[in-house]
Amino acid sequence: MATAATTDPMLPQPYSVRQVVKETADTFTLTLEPSNGAGRSRFQPGQFSMLWVFGVGELPISISGDPAERDRLVYTVRSVGQATHALVSREVGEAVGVRGPFGTGWPVEKAEGRDVLVIAGGIGLAPLRPVIYEVLHNREKYGRLVVLYGARSPRDVLYRKELAAWARQRETQVLVTVDYGGLSWRGHVGVVTTLFKYARLQPARSLAFACGPEIMMRFVARDLETHGFARENIYLSMERNMKCAVGFCGHCQYGPHFICKDGPIFPYDRMRPLLEEYEL
Amino acid sequence: MATQAPALLTLEQLERLVPALHSRGYQVIGPVVRDGAIVDDVVESLSDLPVGWTDEQEAGRYRLRRRNDETLFGYVVGPQSWKKYLHPAEVRLLTAERSGRTFRILNNEPTPPRRAFLGVRACELAAIAVQDRVLQGDRYRDPIYAARREGIFIVAVNCTQAAPTCFCTSMGTGPRVRGAYDLALTELVGPGKHEFVIEAGSDAGAEVLAELAPAPASSVASEAVCQEAEAAVERAASQIQRRLDTTGIRDLLYTNFDHPRWDNVAQRCLTCANCTMVCPTCFCTTVEDVSDVTGSHAERWRKWDSCFSQNFSYIHGGSVRSSAKSRYRQWMTHKLASWIDQFGSSGCVGCGRCITWCPVGIDITEEVRAIRESPASSKESSHGNP
Amino acid sequence: METLEHIIAEHPFFAGLESYYTNLLTGCASNVRFDAGTYIFKEGEEANEFYLIRTGKVALEIFAPQRKPIMLETLGEGEVLGWSWLLPPYQWRFHAHAVETVRAIALDGKCLRTKCEDNHDLGYEILKRFAHIMEQRLEATRFQLLDVYRVGR
Repeated sequence: MATAATTDPMLPQPYSVRQVVKETADTFTLTLEPSNGAGRSRFQPGQFSMLWVFGVGELPISISGDPAERDRLVYTVRSVGQATHALVSREVGEAVGVRGPFGTGWPVEKAEGRDVLVIAGGIGLAPLRPVIYEVLHNREKYGRLVVLYGARSPRDVLYRKELAAWARQRETQVLVTVDYGGLSWRGHVGVVTTLFKYARLQPARSLAFACGPEIMMRFVARDLETHGFARENIYLSMERNMKCAVGFCGHCQYGPHFICKDGPIFPYDRMRPLLEEYEL
Repeated sequence: MATQAPALLTLEQLERLVPALHSRGYQVIGPVVRDGAIVDDVVESLSDLPVGWTDEQEAGRYRLRRRNDETLFGYVVGPQSWKKYLHPAEVRLLTAERSGRTFRILNNEPTPPRRAFLGVRACELAAIAVQDRVLQGDRYRDPIYAARREGIFIVAVNCTQAAPTCFCTSMGTGPRVRGAYDLALTELVGPGKHEFVIEAGSDAGAEVLAELAPAPASSVASEAVCQEAEAAVERAASQIQRRLDTTGIRDLLYTNFDHPRWDNVAQRCLTCANCTMVCPTCFCTTVEDVSDVTGSHAERWRKWDSCFSQNFSYIHGGSVRSSAKSRYRQWMTHKLASWIDQFGSSGCVGCGRCITWCPVGIDITEEVRAIRESPASSKESSHGNP
Repeated sequence: METLEHIIAEHPFFAGLESYYTNLLTGCASNVRFDAGTYIFKEGEEANEFYLIRTGKVALEIFAPQRKPIMLETLGEGEVLGWSWLLPPYQWRFHAHAVETVRAIALDGKCLRTKCEDNHDLGYEILKRFAHIMEQRLEATRFQLLDVYRVGR
C-alpha cells in the first residue's frame, strides 16, 4: 500500500488529529500528525493540502504551521459548509486523510536580505503564518518584517497571542485593524490599506506577500504600487474551486494558469491583467 | 511512420485481424451501430462494424443512412471518442474502510483489460496525443490514464470522406493519420473490389501484419494502388467545407475577452455540456464521495465534469463563472488559446463533434470567424502576458 | 525645541508648500492636547478647526438610538482630522473621540478660510491637499462597505 500511496497523488494518507483549537466563533486550528508514526511532513510556506473527511468530502486547505516542525501539519479552517464543518468537528485521535503538499510557495528565498511585508485579510493570515515563522526563526537572513492584518471585527482576529509575541521581536512591526470596531477595541478601525502609511520599511528593497479575499488583494496591490512597490515584488495567493490539486480536473483554471500547480502564489505583474477580468 | 512498405489486403485477409488481436490477448474495441449512432464498443469480428452505413452530419444534426455498398469505414466520427476507454466517464479512485479511529485504503481496483482500438481516425489519433500530453506529460502523471493507455494497439483508418462538420485540415491533424499507430489502413471500395492498403507503424504492428499477409511478395501494394489510396484520402480533404483560421488565435482570444460576440453566443448556448462530453480532448472531472449507511465503507469516484456546469467554478457561496456567457467563453478560450500556453498545442483537433452535437448548432469555426472579423478595440492588457 | 512653523512645514500634509504660505498658516495654528476618553468635537457642533495629529489615536464615531456608539474609523499619527470647516454649513458630521491621548496642531478654520478667500493660490493649495485626503478616505470607505471578510453572498 505504501508504494501505491507515494506514486499516486490521489490517495490520501491517514493523519490523526492531535489538537483542535477554537480561534473564533467559526474558525478552528487543527494539528495533525501522521497515523503511522514516522513521517516527514515537509512543506513550503504557502503550500496547501487536500484534507479528506472519510465519506464526506475533501477540501484544499493552506498549511499554516511552522515549516521547521516536521512532525506535524497545522491547518486553520473556517467552518462555512458541510465539508468544513465535518473537518473541524473531528475529535482528537480521529483520522483525516491528507494529500499533498501541493502548489507553489511564497518566494521566501527571494526575500533574503530584504524587508518583508506581510498583508493579511481575514483568514488570509493562515497561509501567511508559515512565512512569519520562517522569517522570525532565521532572523539574520531577512531585513525588517512588517505584518499588517485586517479582520472583520475584534472577535474575528486570529492568533491574538502570537500577534502580540511577534510584535515584540526585533526589527518587527505588527499592526492590526478591524473593519468594524467595538467599544472595548482600542486598536485601529478601518480597512487594512489604511495601515500602509505606518509600515516602516523601504518599498524599493521589500517583497510584499498578500493573502485574503480577492477584492481585498486588488485594493492592496494597487495601494502597494502607489507606495512604491514594483509589481514583480508583490505576491498574491489566489484561490479557485479544486477537486484534484494535481492539474487534471480542470476546475482551478484561472486564465491559462492552474492554481493548484502553477500557483496558488503568483506575482502581481502576472495577475494584474487577469484580476481586471470579470467572471474569468 | 511506416516501418515497411505498405501491403494490400483483401477483405478476407483483413478478417483475420480481429482474431489475430484476440490471440495476442487484446480486447478489440471498434465502431458499431447502436441507438441510431455509430459508437465504440467491444467487437468480435469485422461483421460487427457498421458495414454499409454512413452518417450525415451538420450543425445540430446527426443521422445514419444506408450506403449502397459494403464499406466498413464509410462514415466519419460519432458522438463518442476513445477517451471513453482511456479517460473513463466514471472510475473509482479508491475504496476505504474505517478501522477503529482511522481508515485503511484498500488496493482493490481491477486492472483494465489490454485493448486494441480498431478504426482510429486521424483527428482521434491527434486527440489521444493531446490527452497524453495533458494527463501524462506534465508535472503529475495520471495513473488511471496510464494504466489504460499503456500497451494500446492502435489500428488507424485514413478517412476517404469528410463530413460537413469536419475541419481537421485547419487544425493540421488529418485526414491522413500522423503520429504513433501500430497499423494504418485505407479502405478502397469499387466495382467488384474491396481491399485495404495497410501499413505498419511499429514492430507490434508489423508482427500482426505479417500474420495477415503471410506472402509478402504478393501482398506488397503496388505503386498504382498506393496512389489510389492517396487520392482517396485527398478526396476526403477536398470535401472539407469548414475552416478555422488559427493564425494568432491565442492572442486573438486573449485580447477579445469583452467582445460582444460572447453575448451573442450566450443567447444561444444552453450550457448543456454536450460539446464537452463529445469532445475527444476535454478532460475535466470531478470527485464524489460516497459512503454506505453504516459509515464504515467509503468510496471516492471520479466522473466527467464540464466547465459549462453552474457549479464548476463554485467557491465560498457563489460561482465565479455564473453567466452562460462566461462559461462558453471559458470553454472556447481554453480549447483554442489557453491550451497552447498550458500544453504547447491547440486543444482542438477539428473533429467537428461539438458542431454536430450542439442542440442549437453552435459552430466553433463560425464563432472564431466572427471575433476575428471584428476584433474589439485593442486592449493593452491580455491574459498571462503583461 | 520645534517651533510651530517648523512642525507645520515638516508635516507631510503640507509638503511642497512655499514657506510664504506655511508662514500664513502658522498664524492660524496652535498646539493642542486631548486626554484619552475626551471628545475633540461632536456631531452637529460648528466646525471651526482641523487637526494635524502628531501622536495618539482618534476614533470617528456616530451615535444611533438603541445602539452603542458605532466606530467608523480611526485616525492616527500623521493623519488629518476634519474637513467640515472647509465647506458650508461648517458643521461636524461625526464625533471625534480621543481613544488615546492625542497631541495635535489645531488650525483655526475661520482664520484659514479668510486667508484662502483673500489668497486664492493658498486656497487652491489647501483644496488640492484636502481633495487628495477625501479621495483616499472615499476609497477606503468603499472598501470597508464591501465587507469582504463576511461569509457567503
